[in-house]
Amino acid sequence: MAASRVDVRKTYKLYIGGAFPRSESGRSFVVNDAKGKFLANASLASRKDARDAVVAARKAVPGWAGRTPYNRGQILYRIAEVLDSRGDQFVAELVRTEGVTAAKARTYVEAAVDRLVWYAGWADKIGQVVGNANPVSGPFFNLSSPEPTGVVAVVAPRGPLLGLVSVLAPVIVTGNTAVVLASEAHPLTAITLAEVLDASDVPGGVVNILTGTVSEVAPWLASHMDVNAIDLTGVTDPELATDLERAAADNLKRVRRAPATEPDWLATPGIDRLTDFLEIKTVWHPIGV
Amino acid sequence: MNFEYAPAPESRAIVDIKPSYGLFIDGEFVDGHGHSFKTVNPATEETLAEIAEADDADVDRAVKAARKAFRGWSRMPGKERAKYLFRIARIIQERSRELAVLESIDNGKPIKESRDVDVPIVAAHFFYHAGWADKLEHAGLGANPQPHGVAGQVIPWNFPLLMLAWKIAPALACGNTVVLKPAETTPLTALLFAEICQQADLPPGVVNIVTGAGGTGQALVSHPDVDKVAFTGSTDVGKAIARAIAGTDKKATLELGGKAANILFDDAPIDQAVEGIVSGIFFNQGHVCCAGSRLLLQESVADEVMAKLKRRMGTLRIGDPLDKNTDIGAINSAEQLARIRALAEIGEDEGAERWSPPCELPSSGFWFPPTVFTGVSQAHRIAREEIFGPVLSVLTFRTPAEAVEKANNTPYGLSAGVWTEKGSRILFMADRLKAGVVWANTFNKFDPASPFGGYKESGYGREGGRQGLASYLKAGA
Repeated sequence: MAASRVDVRKTYKLYIGGAFPRSESGRSFVVNDAKGKFLANASLASRKDARDAVVAARKAVPGWAGRTPYNRGQILYRIAEVLDSRGDQFVAELVRTEGVTAAKARTYVEAAVDRLVWYAGWADKIGQVVGNANPVSGPFFNLSSPEPTGVVAVVAPRGPLLGLVSVLAPVIVTGNTAVVLASEAHPLTAITLAEVLDASDVPGGVVNILTGTVSEVAPWLASHMDVNAIDLTGVTDPELATDLERAAADNLKRVRRAPATEPDWLATPGIDRLTDFLEIKTVWHPIGV
Repeated sequence: MNFEYAPAPESRAIVDIKPSYGLFIDGEFVDGHGHSFKTVNPATEETLAEIAEADDADVDRAVKAARKAFRGWSRMPGKERAKYLFRIARIIQERSRELAVLESIDNGKPIKESRDVDVPIVAAHFFYHAGWADKLEHAGLGANPQPHGVAGQVIPWNFPLLMLAWKIAPALACGNTVVLKPAETTPLTALLFAEICQQADLPPGVVNIVTGAGGTGQALVSHPDVDKVAFTGSTDVGKAIARAIAGTDKKATLELGGKAANILFDDAPIDQAVEGIVSGIFFNQGHVCCAGSRLLLQESVADEVMAKLKRRMGTLRIGDPLDKNTDIGAINSAEQLARIRALAEIGEDEGAERWSPPCELPSSGFWFPPTVFTGVSQAHRIAREEIFGPVLSVLTFRTPAEAVEKANNTPYGLSAGVWTEKGSRILFMADRLKAGVVWANTFNKFDPASPFGGYKESGYGREGGRQGLASYLKAGA
């Protein structure tokens, strides 16, 4: 009788600055599958990990914001390509971790790919849609254009793939960099997505992904003085959401509040997730000879 | 040869200041229930009027009036709402001299500024936004954008009527109703504006004016039935407001402090730039959140620019705000004067070199001479803190990269200036400066069609233009 082959299991770590480190705290937490069976020990991110991720995200801002919109659009499209090519892997992972049917998982994976393609196309159009020339009453050239806000902290929603992609893509496509706190309930898919990002020409530091507990890590991101904005979409405890918004006021972060109920991620989005993390800059110059 | 100017005061006979003023709620002037306070002429320290203070119950009454009026105002066809705004714009033009004189008396700003800058832009704001009222479906928020509801608005003392216009015009155009609190030291033009609303037959409750100090403002922004908060003022108060509305559904626009860099390269048109530097910091006594309070000079031209700047500062005329020749008026309050003096002394203590042209200051009232500090380092408090007075800090740089680094080395990000004849360098700098408004080869220009507002701790949201309008709308269902 031949011995059955033993699986080579994956170690799930964090994703910071384009590398996959363990938590500096040396801590991990157990993640079970939908049936309660052990899946993996995920890294339990600490305050230090959050700060390291912000440093990496800040470092990546000038390079990423300085890319042409066309180039950022191509990189988002590349993420979609790589995600699509690994579709079966994500379907299997969603079935195992979330307990959804294979058909449902397939719907989510395809929608996530399509969402990335949709946002990829926005890269070189959003400036035309939300920026404009201003007809001022004087001899001046006057132009308003959107710019990325900078480093955006994102508390990702429960939907481990489609939800995550739906909040991450609009943040980075305009030139922001992100520190994402993955869904506490389903953290593993976020790290698998990091492998996709890592293989898609996304420069290191543009997306940083932490796994752990929201109540422990999110307050450090909300109060961090080098984070420019925070998306609270994944915060389900209203009291925590209020505390985070209050902490965010320390340096007047732009805050996207948590929705009252989990959004329907399959619906076509508006552009508000793009505009929430943009600044309008207006430039004046006299006209003369 | 020394030319003397004969005084050329604007007549104040055109204004009729009442001995006391109430609150404007639901279309009527009513008594306030707080402790009334006095507003003074900062150029003479003369008491102008006794002003009612709105307590919590008064604020609640005003919000209720605004809520009651919201139903009718928001459902009124946009083209009809527009006509009220056009009427208001016209009345402002008709009463422009009265408004300008009253503004200069209550605020201390030179009549040439209130007459030629503040009041004309106020009228323009109402005209611009009047035209939006029936075109909101083209504002970029979809087919059927909706107003938020009741807007609670708190404004500062540096541009009392202009800030009122920035707040009220877009709010009303979009179908919101308003409770506005003017600054404690400059309530008079807002109260005259209330009369203008009456003359325009604006429906009662659409605009309510509650006077008072910080407590009144706090009661207003934290009132549970206020849907939208708009605040212009200090960064500290802005942060307090952001904390106060955390966890609510209130939307906020915050236009806060600044410490703008005005950057001059060696190829700049220097005479023109000196005029821009002067208007950048001495316009409105430097009581301007976007003032060019940090002058960054390229080292090779620093001496030449400083010589020209000092000569130009020597020609600035300080004194009676109502005199048409006055360039620099009175500091708005004793409290603000004390703050400017304290920071200027700190500048000296920290080792920067202080200079003011010889000038005689009036014996009564609140005055501060135009002042420039050289030898300022980035760590000096006068290079970091908003002084909000006629005090300029001068730093130098060698390369464009160093200029960008120094300009952005501040928690603020409201405005910046760039002076150079090289177009590609303007765009290089404009791209890298973290500021909501960049003035290239000009400074301190404002227009209702042009969005204004900051990055970082200078606040969020924009005022003016299509982007400013969007702050008063939400996407339709």
